Formats: sequence, structure tokens, C-alpha cells
Amino acid sequence: MTALQALPRTGISAAEIAGGRRRRTARRRLVVGILAALIVVAFVVSLCVGQTTYTPGDVLGVILGRDIDGASFTVGRLRLPRATLAVIAGLCFGIGGVTFQTMLRNPLASPDIIGISAGASAAAAFAIITLGLGATQVSIFAIVAGLGIALLVYGLSFKDGVVGTRLILIGIGIAAMLDSLTAYVLSKAAQWDLQEASRWLTGSLNGTRWSEVVPVVIALAVLAPVLLTQSRNLSASQLGDDAASALGVRVEHTRIIVIIAAVGLIAFATAAAGPIAFVAFLSGPIAARIVGPGASLLIPSALVGSLLVVTADFLGQYAFGVRYPVGVITGVLGAPYLVYLIVRTNRSGGSL
Amino acid sequence: MALSAPPAVAAPAPARGLRRRRLLWLVIALAVLCAVAIASVGVGSRTVSVGDVLAALGGSVDGFDEAAVAKRIPRTLLAVLAGAALGLSGAVMQGVTRNPLADPGILGVNTGASLAVVAALATVGLSSATGYIWVAIAGASVTAVFVYTVGSLGRGGASPLKLALAGAATSAALTSLISAVVLPRGDISGTVRSWLIGGVGGATFASISQVLPFLAVGLLLSMLSARSLNSLALGDELAAGLGERVAVARGAAAFGAVLLCGAVTAVTGPIGFVGLVVPHACRLLIGVDHRWLLPLSAVLGAILLTSTDVLGRIVARPEEIDVGIITALVGAPFFIYIVRRQKVREL
Repeated sequence: MTALQALPRTGISAAEIAGGRRRRTARRRLVVGILAALIVVAFVVSLCVGQTTYTPGDVLGVILGRDIDGASFTVGRLRLPRATLAVIAGLCFGIGGVTFQTMLRNPLASPDIIGISAGASAAAAFAIITLGLGATQVSIFAIVAGLGIALLVYGLSFKDGVVGTRLILIGIGIAAMLDSLTAYVLSKAAQWDLQEASRWLTGSLNGTRWSEVVPVVIALAVLAPVLLTQSRNLSASQLGDDAASALGVRVEHTRIIVIIAAVGLIAFATAAAGPIAFVAFLSGPIAARIVGPGASLLIPSALVGSLLVVTADFLGQYAFGVRYPVGVITGVLGAPYLVYLIVRTNRSGGSL
Repeated sequence: MALSAPPAVAAPAPARGLRRRRLLWLVIALAVLCAVAIASVGVGSRTVSVGDVLAALGGSVDGFDEAAVAKRIPRTLLAVLAGAALGLSGAVMQGVTRNPLADPGILGVNTGASLAVVAALATVGLSSATGYIWVAIAGASVTAVFVYTVGSLGRGGASPLKLALAGAATSAALTSLISAVVLPRGDISGTVRSWLIGGVGGATFASISQVLPFLAVGLLLSMLSARSLNSLALGDELAAGLGERVAVARGAAAFGAVLLCGAVTAVTGPIGFVGLVVPHACRLLIGVDHRWLLPLSAVLGAILLTSTDVLGRIVARPEEIDVGIITALVGAPFFIYIVRRQKVREL
């Protein structure tokens, strides 16, 4: 109770602390609410607007199963699965990315950077080009490879426990190897496979079918709750491994569960949409900026990820003369932010 | 360390021994390089006898074998030059940044050069090789300055970890910009993709002669800075105390290194990890004196790149694996090994 005795000297009363906590909770709820509302708006807009524009009424009708001339095909078969996958994949990337960043206490420790996306991509390129597999098998291949690479990176960086920075550097090394494998496989590809593979590698939602969306939805429904139950342990592990185990967190145990769940989410989303650049990486830091300190970032960052993907996909389709895949848009948006984040992290030494 | 400083009293004799040992390694390395270069001319999807190699060197291009040799000579020459430049560049960068993880690939300098070339190709449509080289060097310099500035922000200056992370992050950012430039341009994407892998297959005497002046200037700058790199290794303050103009010395050495790797990247595409692996191996052989380390790094780099190029021609006969792929496959485990060996606090 030394902390409480020390309080009067700093001039903060218990009531003020409680007030601050209430304010932060209120702010977090508000942010989550606004983000959710924005996602709904973006989702509806991307359903209504396109080469032909439909009214929200028509769109609602299609969703409810009514048969509307033209809209049933355009909205129901083309836009709806695409927008749904954008939302779901964004949620997966956002929550998976922030889990890694929180656990390893470093914004750079996102799956894009430490080789998990590179592993899934290399596996997919191999499956598409060398083995000539179909969509489902490619997904399975990518998921298994993503998990395998995550465990490999974790295992290689284990030396009296895992230190975040070592894991990041080893991940960068592994990613370099995998990228060169991908490049080799691509250089041997026939023209048609090449189209398919490079579309996949940039991260694209073109031609999404429901059969691709469903596995991601199931993965999200199963794995996201696992992560959310661990969110308290995750917050504790931000204090450092020693402090966390002193608080009763089984650090390695938590880590393994969390890694498998987060990699699973990332890998399923990657298998369906390709490695959409930097979404996993950007969502956490952006969410941390809007929510402010002291709260779990899992849900806000999932929402930020979702909003990013839906918006970027919409922009990529219609904002420029050429149709860009969503991964190019997030990549171009993400690159300067990545650099800014490095500058800021180096200057202040802060974590997220 | 086998080469820990000898006790002061017995200084002369071990120093002479050390010198002899360094010379010996340099001579051995040069001999190996000759052997590898000859192998590189003789071996490929079609193996050529020594007699035909000699005939082709004499200028005859009659048979298939001699034609193959005539094609392989510029390739071998480029592999030797590029390997030497990358090895030297890595050694200088590790010296300038005092960072065991420094490498033109890791620090993002190669990616900067690549982005500059790709962007120039997509917008202006460069045609002359010299144009490529200038653009690549500009891109490499900007990236190097940027990464170093970003990596040295904040407390503790440019620590190995901060530099490596700044480099990797910059590299990731630039890579996504490259794909944004290339993707809508179906007409150049094939060229760019094969260039981005990094290889010496397309070498001609013309492209080599264009890159040669840049390499010469880079080599000169790097070699001249060997002595100041030795004093910089003691730390900035001590180096200044020894009469070194720290900023000038560091700038000149770094410019030499960037010139080397930028020019090589323009011709071969980005080839990673040569600059990382080679200086470490050299330090194990002959110690940390840059006056010896730099030449040996150049020779060992040439050996590494030429032999991996030969390897790439042998393992997938009759096809080839580009040298950039093999160096990444060999170099990345080595990078991981160095990272694992570092103490946590230094990281």
C-alpha cells in the first residue's frame, strides 16, 4: 500500500484516479462505437456504389433474398462476398497483428515483418505454380506454412526465453529467405500461373466467392474469442516477462496459445485475400493513438484493420484510372506510416 | 579470439607472425579466386574442356564450346567484380556504423537503389546503362542517409538493433512502393521481376565497362578510409582525440560503400547478404585491422559470388538459379546465427 500513501504528495486523490479511469473507459467505448459505425457506412457504400449505383433499399432487398433485376447479380454475387471478406479479413489482420505487437512489446513485431506473411506467400506461390493446386488446397498449404514459420521463428529466437528484438531480427532473416524462394518460384512460372500468383501475392479481393469467405468467418468466430480471453494476460505481459509472471501470468503458456490463435487468424485471412500489405502492422499503432493508453487494444485494432481494408479496397477499385488490388493501396499508405513509426519509436523509446 | 593482442614485451615477433599470416591468407584467397573463376568459365549447363577454354580465350569462336566460353567470360568477370564490390561495401558499412549486422541488403540500401531504377524505368524509360547507374547510386545514397539518420535518432545513437530495424522497415516500405510502381505496368513487369531477383547472367562487356569507373572510385575511397575506419572503431571521441575528422572520414567511407553497392545493384539487381557474411569470415581469419580486412573482404566476396553463381548453374541443370536467390538462402541462416550469438543487451 505504499503506492496509496505516496499519492497525496503527488496531489492525485483516489477519486481523481477513478474519474480518469471512467473517462478512459467512456472514451474507449465511444471510439469503438464510432469505428463500428464507420465500418457499417463503408460497407454499405461499397455495396451501393460502383459502375452502376444502387439504392440502399435495393441492397437491403438483395441481402434479404428478394430478386431485384441486375442488383441480385452485381450486389449479391460480386459486391457482397467481396465487401464481407474485406471486413472479415481486416478484423483478422487487425487483431492478429496487434496481438503480436503487444506480446513482443514492439510495433515492428507484426506478422508482415517477422516472416509469417512471407511464409504463407511462399507456400501459396509454390502451391499455385509448382504443384498446380486449386484454391482450397492452396489455402490449406498457406495456413500450414504460416503456422510452421511462426513456430520456426519462435524456436530459433528461443535462448533463455524469447526477447522481442531478437525474434524480430530472426524473423526478418527468415522473411528474406522466403522472399527469395518466392522470387525463384515466380521466375519459373508460366504466364497464366504468373498472373494468378502475382495477383495473390499483392493481396487482392477481386473475384471473391462465398466459398473463400466462409472459412475465414469460421476461423474468426473460433480464434478471436480465444485471443479476447487472453487479453488480460497480454496486457500484463506488456510490463515485461518477469513482472507478468510475478502477477501470476504463465508467460510461455500464454504465449504459445496466443501465437497459435493469432497466426491462425492471419493465415486464414491471408489464404483468402493474400497478404494485404501492412494492415496487420498498421492497425495496432493507429488504434493505440485513438484509444489512448491503459486499455486493451484487441477490439479497437480489429475494427481499424477492417475499416482500412474496406476503404482501401473501395479506393483501389474506383479512385484511380487503373484498378489497383487492395494490397497496393494499403502498401502505399502504410509505407510512410511505417517510417514515421520507426522515427517516433527511436526518438521516444516507446513501445506501441 | 586467436588474435588477442600480444603482450607488449614480445610485440615484434608475433606482429611479424601476424603479418605473415595475413599475407598468407590473402595469397590463398587470391589463388582460390583464380580457381573459381576458371571453374566459372568451364562449368555450366555445358561443361567445356580446359583446351577449349584456352582456345576461346585466344579469340576463336568456332565450336559450341568456344561460344559458350565467350558468353561466360563477361559473366565471370561481372561476378568477380560484383562480389568484390559487395564484400568491400559490407566491410566498410560494418566499420562505419560499428555494427555487425550492417549489410547493403539489411540496411535497405539495395532496395533504395532498386526502387529508384524501377521508378525511372516506369516513368522516363531509361535506356542507357550509365543512366541506370546514376539513378541507382542516387537511390542508394538517399536511402543510406535516411536509414542512418532514422537509426541514430534517440538515446544511444545508432545501435545495431535500431539500424537493422530502421533498415528492414525502410526496405519493407520501399518494396511495397516498388510493387505499386510495377503492378499497373504489365509491359515492364517481366523485365523488372527478373532484374529484382539479382543475377549476373545477362553480363556483357559493354555493361561492365560502364560500371567500372564507378567501382574504381568506390574502391579508392574505401581503401583510403581503411586507416580512419581503424580509429573510428575505437569510438568517435577517441578517434577525434587521435586527430581524425570523424564526420568527414565517416562520410567519405560511407559514400565509397554506397557507390560500390549502388553501381553493382544497377547492373546485377539487388544481391543480398554477401556484404554481411564476408567481413565476418574475414575477421575470423585475419582480425579486425581494416587495412587488411578490406582487401580480403573484396577477394572473399568475389570468391563467394562467383562460386554461388557456378553452384546455381550446376544444381538445376540445364536451367539456372540466379545468384541472388542462393546468396539469400545461404546468407540468411548466417544472419540468424549472428543475431543469436549477440548478447541481448547489445541487441
